[in-house]
Amino acid sequence: MGDTQWPVYEVFLQEKRGDPHVHVGAVHAPDPEMALLLAKEQFARRGRCISLWVVPAEAIYASRAEEAEELFASALEKEYREPRGFRVTERVRRWMERHGQSLPEAE
Amino acid sequence: MLTYRIHGQVVPVPEQAPPPQEGPEYEARLAEFEARIARGEKIEPTDWMPEEYRRQLIRMISQHAHSEIVGMLPEGKWIPHAPTLRRKLILIAKVQDEGGHGQLLYRAAETLGITREEMIEALLAGKAKYSVVFNYPTPTWADVAAIGLLIDGAAVVNQLMLAQGSYGPYARAMKRICYEESFHIKQGYDAFVALATGTPAQRQMMQEAVNRWWYPALMLFGPPDRDSVHTPTLLRWRIKTKTNDELRQEFVDQYAPMVLRLGLTIPDPNLRYDPETGHWRFSEPDWDEFWRVIKGDGPCNAERMAARRRAHEEGRWVREALAAKAGRGVNGGSDGRYAMAGV
Repeated sequence: MGDTQWPVYEVFLQEKRGDPHVHVGAVHAPDPEMALLLAKEQFARRGRCISLWVVPAEAIYASRAEEAEELFASALEKEYREPRGFRVTERVRRWMERHGQSLPEAE
Repeated sequence: MLTYRIHGQVVPVPEQAPPPQEGPEYEARLAEFEARIARGEKIEPTDWMPEEYRRQLIRMISQHAHSEIVGMLPEGKWIPHAPTLRRKLILIAKVQDEGGHGQLLYRAAETLGITREEMIEALLAGKAKYSVVFNYPTPTWADVAAIGLLIDGAAVVNQLMLAQGSYGPYARAMKRICYEESFHIKQGYDAFVALATGTPAQRQMMQEAVNRWWYPALMLFGPPDRDSVHTPTLLRWRIKTKTNDELRQEFVDQYAPMVLRLGLTIPDPNLRYDPETGHWRFSEPDWDEFWRVIKGDGPCNAERMAARRRAHEEGRWVREALAAKAGRGVNGGSDGRYAMAGV
């Protein structure tokens, strides 16, 4: 067996302040400090980077591909969770028409 | 014998049969898998995939990774002898990129169930293959320029195709690698132009390097389609999206004019532009030589493996030191550097 069968650390990179940290890849390292150093060499050799995170891959508990449909499908039906699930403007306009309502300052 | 290729390299497919994959359930899953690929979707590590798909990808990606690592050697040799400090800095950056690409690719292969250490050991044991082109020597500085333009150029033509492939982690690695390789081609072209527009002696040196590297560049795409057993499977599953011959033609169309424009020649009496097809006609490489070099009988096969093993041995103390440090629990945990500390 090789002598570098070290844990995998997933690497997240932030390009500029205010941006999210985005997953860019992974490195092998014996500890987090080394993982950060290797991540810098591997993913921040060029291009912008102001912050790097390294996360032990084993700490990531993930959803399973075969369950995805069941797990996430219903989210599409829940329009009430989104702005587009509400039709307000049209109802206000109709009410104003029916009652002869106008805006005071618009007169 | 069944064989399969990456980067101009042909290797036998392992003897052991894949786990039994048949029956109605398998057929249904296969149909779903192929439909997904036909829709242009990527396959991710946790998705179901046929064992043959997994096996072909492990071979392709690991050999691609080995090619990046061994590919550091022919040019790395010139770092101490680069003609100027600027060229030296550029070459160091380029060779470092190749090492980085190797690591990215080992990681992509690992998502399929093999470990990086298994791959590295296979390489050091001489069991793994890498691109045939890195078994050719670099006797002059002009060879570095020729590699930068022609070999990296050919590699990018191949890799842009692979970036369109169906396996997510491989395609993503390819995108990043292609981005960095565009610097490699540009620096190669820059060094190439410097010599080609230089003194008669420099032009002569560049011409001789082109003569040495033209056919290896064509070999990089692998054997002709007529000898390529696995192409239909690789295409159907979009592991590849173009055939070796299609890629070779693309390369010649793109790169032959770059050489000819500078008044240099290409060592092929049949090379000519065909206005009817809009493509360049060219001679195929010597395929007997190709197979000889692949089987280990190239000018530098032994030298490359010896250099790789020496580097691995000489780096052992570093790996041991890192492991020892980690074992003592001296790490980044106690110095307030956790990203969410204090939140």
